[in-house]
Formats: sequence, structure tokens, C-alpha cells
Amino acid sequence: MTDFIAVDPAVTPVPDQGAPVLEVRDLSVDFGVDKKWVPAAIRLNYEVRAGEVLAIVGESGSGKSASSMALLGLLPSNSRVTGSVKLAGQELLGTNEANIRAVRGKDVAVIFQEPMTALNPVYTVGAQIVETVRLHSEVSPDEARLRALRMLELVELPDPEKAFRSYPHQLSGGQRQRAMIAQSLSCDPKLLIADEPTTALDVTVQAEILDLMRNLRNKLDSAIVLITHDMGVVADLADRIAVMRRGVIVETGTAAEIFHNPQHEYTRALLAAVPHLGQGGADSAAEVDVTAALAAATNAELSSIPEDQLLRRERENAAALAAAEAAKPQGQPVLELTDVAIEYPKQGRVPAFRAVEGANLVIYPGQVVGLVGESGSGKTTIGRAAVGLLPVAAGTMKVVGQDISAAKRNGRQLHEMRRHVGMVFQDPSSSLNPRLPIGEPMFLAGVAKGGELQKRIEALLDQVELPRNYRNRYPHELSGGQKQRVGIARALSLKPKLMVADEPTSALDVSVQAKVLDLFQNLQKELGFACLFVTHDLAVVDVLADRICVMQRGRIVEQGTRDQILRNPQEPYTQRLLAAVPLPDPEKQRERRELRAQLLAAGQS
Amino acid sequence: MIQFILRRLLQVIPVFLGTTLLVYFMVFALPGDPIRALFGDRPPSEAVIAQLRQQYNLDQPFWVQYGLFLKNLFTFNLGVDFTGQPIAATLARVFPVTAMLAIEALIIQGVFGIAFGLVAGLRKGGIFDSTVLVLSLVVIAIPTFVLGFALQLLIGVQLGWAKPTVGSNVTWGSLILPAVVLGMVSFAYVLRLTRASVIENMNADYVRTATAKGLARRQVVTTHVLRNSLIPVITYLGASLGGLMGGAIVTEAIFNVPGVGQKLYQAILRSEGPTVVAIVSVLVLVFVLANLLVDLLYAWLDPRIRYEN
Repeated sequence: MTDFIAVDPAVTPVPDQGAPVLEVRDLSVDFGVDKKWVPAAIRLNYEVRAGEVLAIVGESGSGKSASSMALLGLLPSNSRVTGSVKLAGQELLGTNEANIRAVRGKDVAVIFQEPMTALNPVYTVGAQIVETVRLHSEVSPDEARLRALRMLELVELPDPEKAFRSYPHQLSGGQRQRAMIAQSLSCDPKLLIADEPTTALDVTVQAEILDLMRNLRNKLDSAIVLITHDMGVVADLADRIAVMRRGVIVETGTAAEIFHNPQHEYTRALLAAVPHLGQGGADSAAEVDVTAALAAATNAELSSIPEDQLLRRERENAAALAAAEAAKPQGQPVLELTDVAIEYPKQGRVPAFRAVEGANLVIYPGQVVGLVGESGSGKTTIGRAAVGLLPVAAGTMKVVGQDISAAKRNGRQLHEMRRHVGMVFQDPSSSLNPRLPIGEPMFLAGVAKGGELQKRIEALLDQVELPRNYRNRYPHELSGGQKQRVGIARALSLKPKLMVADEPTSALDVSVQAKVLDLFQNLQKELGFACLFVTHDLAVVDVLADRICVMQRGRIVEQGTRDQILRNPQEPYTQRLLAAVPLPDPEKQRERRELRAQLLAAGQS
Repeated sequence: MIQFILRRLLQVIPVFLGTTLLVYFMVFALPGDPIRALFGDRPPSEAVIAQLRQQYNLDQPFWVQYGLFLKNLFTFNLGVDFTGQPIAATLARVFPVTAMLAIEALIIQGVFGIAFGLVAGLRKGGIFDSTVLVLSLVVIAIPTFVLGFALQLLIGVQLGWAKPTVGSNVTWGSLILPAVVLGMVSFAYVLRLTRASVIENMNADYVRTATAKGLARRQVVTTHVLRNSLIPVITYLGASLGGLMGGAIVTEAIFNVPGVGQKLYQAILRSEGPTVVAIVSVLVLVFVLANLLVDLLYAWLDPRIRYEN
């Protein structure tokens, strides 16, 4: 782990000006749907040189993935690909099956998004890498094994021997993605296509994988095509960027050009929609300089920032923190957790699992509390317990003034309590009943009838900015963002005092997410409900929350106002988490990366 | 692992007690007097009947009869049936025959069901796929005895390719026709299950990874798709083995196979409690062991399943 941190992250190698490894000319991809050709990518042109990272950025449906899979002929049979794709001068499109097979895995390797499903669950990691190696080179099983072990070592897996023998499910998400990368690199590809390689990972793991990829890029001199929707990842890794929208590349340029001087309006809109940590809410003028805050909290000295500038930034940060301390919350707490432990009850032979321990948390009326943590930290568990979906094993939990720690499951007390609590779920598609029109979930639990009911439903749709005539539509007729608006309307239907939102925007595209968050914020101000906002995304919390609680392994490790957490993080875990969030700006991200390297180094010594 | 197997074997005990009790009670509750039925139109003297009743404990209340049965069972003394034949000898005669029949049917439905299902799944929407889907539905819809008689008439009698009945001289070859009939319905289900499973797995991410590695389609199918697709199929096959053993009554009757089904049918007609329960007990054991085997196979096919603690 330590050796790649030593690589100076401030130095980005100048791209080799030699002949391009990959040359794409007039590449078009169409899918046959209902006997019609629907274009997924239209006349794309780009090239990548050795040692260069080209990021193809776009939202879902932009054709970034389809066009990249088309390079290797990996699209389903209802697709049509035209144009020219040259790999080191050799045409790939229209060549026969045997030729393209020889290229796949050997000259061009792919890293997929979700390593859990992209690796075959019934074979060991080692067996799958050995399979790749032996497919493309005539080596004995022993040699292939040694090669696979070398690859697992190269991707910095702590115990290559063990990883070799492990099945994919026995590894963690980050280890799996490393194994996937090891497999892709096993035949020294000239070109690496990375399709959303870090999207399925936690932010600290994502930062590690990005470090690894940057490090490998320097070592191996492969060309890399990085497909992603995440501007932070792009800023961290890309030399050049192509922005795609609805099948067309709207803009290409170097990373600096795109981030600092975007020409196309869509690029500008996309960059503006990305919530980035420290930016604050819509009306908050005070942007937090998280890098300076972290530097101050850890006494770091950064070579990428001049010392006087760093000191100035640290001072500004401290002043803003002092100013923010003034406001104090008032009233009777809406949610109050005192030393709460929450267990998943035992099921048959599987013993009870304590997911949260010793949690203390208070939410006052009108306050938005962001609960952040990585997967498995227990943040969703607290959200569920707050609406009585999970029993409280120890401590007391008061919701809207009622102690529900001892409430019977599905009992009367919980039923009453739930009238005051709304919940918004993560996946809007699966949390709405597909067989019922969207107006139905808002039937208000018998509170209103007839004409008044109709009026209330219309008012709710107005509130979430959906057309009134949508009320009889079914969920599948709505887009993801619209469905989540319905989810919010449903949660609001009984005018709750407390709203529990569990990752309500993480399934949405950035521009949609920005709109939904905006709506949410306006509604919260207007209606004044208190909110427990559960998310893994620190940038989202930063936009919305008054207070932030950071969770790690079932415990709240640090909590405070937004300014306290972002401007003066005390816990090493909070610091690591903040430092791992990539900034959508190459220069600022370089500073952040150096800081993170120091933080990790300090944590290890 | 060992612990898991032991635990599963221990589970056999309550299952065994429950099924034997239930079956014994049902035979007990059958209307009519088994002893009188034995003699047909010429009833013997009351004294003879009373003596026979005593010999077979039929004069005892239900619980005593059941208790005596269990006691005999655990001392490996299954007793004699109403014709004076030792039940153990009967079991030893009929079970191998039915086991042969069931294994043959299992192989037929497994091999052909998986092969046809695989091809149909790989060519989803093609002529082969559509034909096989319709035919399998037809097979499922036709009752076994119709199919049995039809094939017996066609292949056995008119074409003369196989003996129409099996008779007392049982060989593997003579059982092919009944095995086809017996395995036909399950074959259709195995086919459909394999097909669905293959189609699902062909769309899996790891299949795309395998293709992206440069593997040829044949390699992708044999090493990556097939093993993953077999996981649900194996479960079904294991569960169907029990059904094949016990469900062969109709088939055995049509083809005159001297197996478990035929014996069981006779014993039920004569209200021979001990024989019925003895046969059912063995079937229960077979069923439980087959399921245990399936679970072990399952863990072997899918490393994510582990039977620890």
C-alpha cells in the first residue's frame, strides 16, 4: 500500500505524442427496437495514445457505454455498428470473429462496473485469470499461475496467494475490482476500457482504486478509455475528456480545457449540476475549502499549495467556522436517540446481528441531519429503526415525542407514530407498486375523502412539480426523477413532522439529482419538516444538511454542524472520508490527492 | 460440512416417524376387513379369523399396532404379509426393479432435458426453441397413462421395436420404454427450466466478461454458462427422483413391471398395513437421501453456498 503513495501525484505525465493506439472514426451504433433503428451513438470521432487517459463522460442513455462496447463487438445481436475503429492501425470493425477474439482480452481489455457480477461466481479468481492468460499465450498451467499471482501482486492485493484461491464473493468490493483489473492486465493490453470502474464502490475504496489506476498508467503505458458519469473521477484521472449527450460527442478537450473553459452549454450544465463537497446549499454563499480544513486539522504541509496561500485559506476557514457557531436549534426534539443499539433479529440458525451500537442523535424541528457512512456502517439501519421497521435492542428512541423503544412490532403505537413520519426510499422504481397508479399511494390513510381528497392529491403533485394529469399514470410510465418525486409526494402526504430519506438520489443521474435535491430543499424550507437524510454521498449532505453525523462500523464516530464537520473534522475516519471525495476540478483534486496521501501515511506510521 | 450432513440425517427421524404414523393410520382407517377380504366368497370359521387377527395383531387398538410395528422395524424384523411371505424379501425383490427404472428415467430426463434446454436457450426465439417449447407443453398436458398406452401400442406392438411388457425377467434394455414414459413429464420440466436458466445466464455480466476475455462462444457456454445454469436444474432433478420411485404405479401397471408401484398398489387393495408402511418408509428414506445429495451437489456447483455452523 505504501509504495504507490510515494509516487508524486502532482506530476501528470505528458501524453505521448506518438501514433494513436486507438482511432475511432464516424462510429455509429444503432439498436433495433420494434423493427426500427434507434441510434445510441452517432458518428463519434476520437483517438487515444499510449499512456493517455481519455474520459468519456455522460449521463445514462448518452451512449458512452454502448459505443465503447461496440469497439470490441460486445453488443447484443440486435445492434448495428458502422464506421471505423483502428487499433494500432488495424481495423477492428467488420473483421472476422476469430480476429476480434484474438484482440479481446489480449490487446484490448475491459474493466466492468460491478466486479461482483462481472466475475463468474463459481470459479476462483485465480482460475479466471489463468483462463485468460492461457487463452492468449502458450504457457504451462504453472507459468500461467505464476503470471496470475504476479498480476494480483501488481494490483496491490495484500495477500496474492489467498486472493488467487478465493471465490469472488469471499473478497471485498475493492479487492474484487482489483482482481478484475489484474485479469484485464494479465495479457499486457495496449488499450484498457474501464466502464464505470469505481461506481459500485465506497468513496474511500474508490479513491484507492483510482490511485491504483493512476499508478498502473504510469507503470504500464497502456492507453485507457475511462467511461464514467462522475466528474470527480474524471478530474482525478483524465488527460482528455469527451462529453457525450444523446449519442453525440458535444465537446472534446484536455481536462483543463473542459473544467476551466467549457464551450458547450451541456458541459457547463453538467459541471454545474455536480454537487461538490464544500459548495454548500443553494443560498449558502460560504463555500467550504475542505482541503484547507483538512490541512489545518492534520497540520499537513502540501507541496502543491504555496505555504502563505495555505495559511490564508486555513485562516478564512477558521473565521467562517466561528461565525457559523452562533445559530442554535430550538423546540422539542423530533427524533431523539439515546445510547441506542439496533439488532437485526435472529432468523433460525443465523444469530441476531447488532448493526448499530451506542448511537446518540437529536433532531430538532425543521432541522436536516445528514447521516453519512460507507456501506455496512449502519446508517440505513438507523433510518429504518426511526420508522419502527427494526426493533431497538437497547437504549431509548423517541420519535415525535413518543418512546418507541419498547413498542410492539406492527402494534398500534407504531401505527400511530408512522402518521407523523414520512419515508423516501432509495430506488424509486422498486418502492412504488408497479400495478397501481401513482395517485394511489397518496390516498392519505383515510384522512380525506371525495373532492377534498382529489384536491389534496393535486396539491401534492403541484408541490413536487409533477403535472396533475400524471395522477393516473403507472410508475413505468415515469422517468427515474419523476418517480422519485412521487416518492417524495407520498412521504409528504400526511404532512409529517419527520422525514426519513434513505439515499433518495443515489440512483439518479447528476442533473436529475440536482433538480430533485433542489426540490427537496425548497419543500423542506416551505413545510419545515425535520429530516434524517441517510446517504453515502458527502457532497449531497453538504448541500442539504444543518448537522452531519459520520458513521463507521455501526457507531457514530463524529457529529456536529455542517461547518464543524467540514471545516474542522477531528476524527481520522472523517478526515479520510472527506479526503477521499474527488473534486470535479483537476488542480484542486491534485491538492486533495496529496493531502490524502499524507493522511494515509500519517495513519500508518 | 460433516456437521451439516449429521444434522440433516437427524432430521430424518421426525420425518420418518411422522410419515409412517400417517400412512399407518390411513391404512388402519380403510373400510372393510382385510382378513375377510383375503378369503373372498368362502368365509372361514370365526375361530380361524380370530386366530389370523391375533397373528397380525389386528385385534389390538391402533396405537398398539403402530407401536408393535415400530418395535419390529427397529429389530429389523418386518414380519410377514397376509400371504405368509416375509415383507423384507418382498422389498428386496421389488426395490431394485423400481430403482433401475427410476435411474433410467432420471438419466433420460436429465441428459435429454438439459441438452434440449441448452440448445433451445442458446437459440432463443428460433425454430428449434419454438418447436421444443410447444412440444414440451403437449407432453406436460398429456396424462401419463395415455402416453404409456400410446407408446406401448405404437413402439411395442405395431413397430415391434421393444417388448410391450416387461414381465418377471427385468433387464436394463427391457425397461427403456417404461423409463421414457416415466421420465417424459419431468423431461419437459427439466427442458423448460434449463432453457430459462440458460437464457438468464447468457445475459449475465460474467458472460460478457468471458466474451471480452476473448473466449469463443463454445468455451463461454461450456465453462461459464452451463455450470451456473445447472444449479436450479439439479435441485429439480433431485426432488424428482423421489417422485420417480414412488410415482411409478401407473407406468408399472401399464408395462407390467414387478416393482414398488405394483406391490404398493396390491398391498393397499388388501389393506396390508405393514407392507404399505414398510414400502413407504423406504421411499421416505430414498427421498430424504436424494435431497441431501442435491444439497451437497449444490454446494459443489455453487461455492457461495456453504453449510457451515
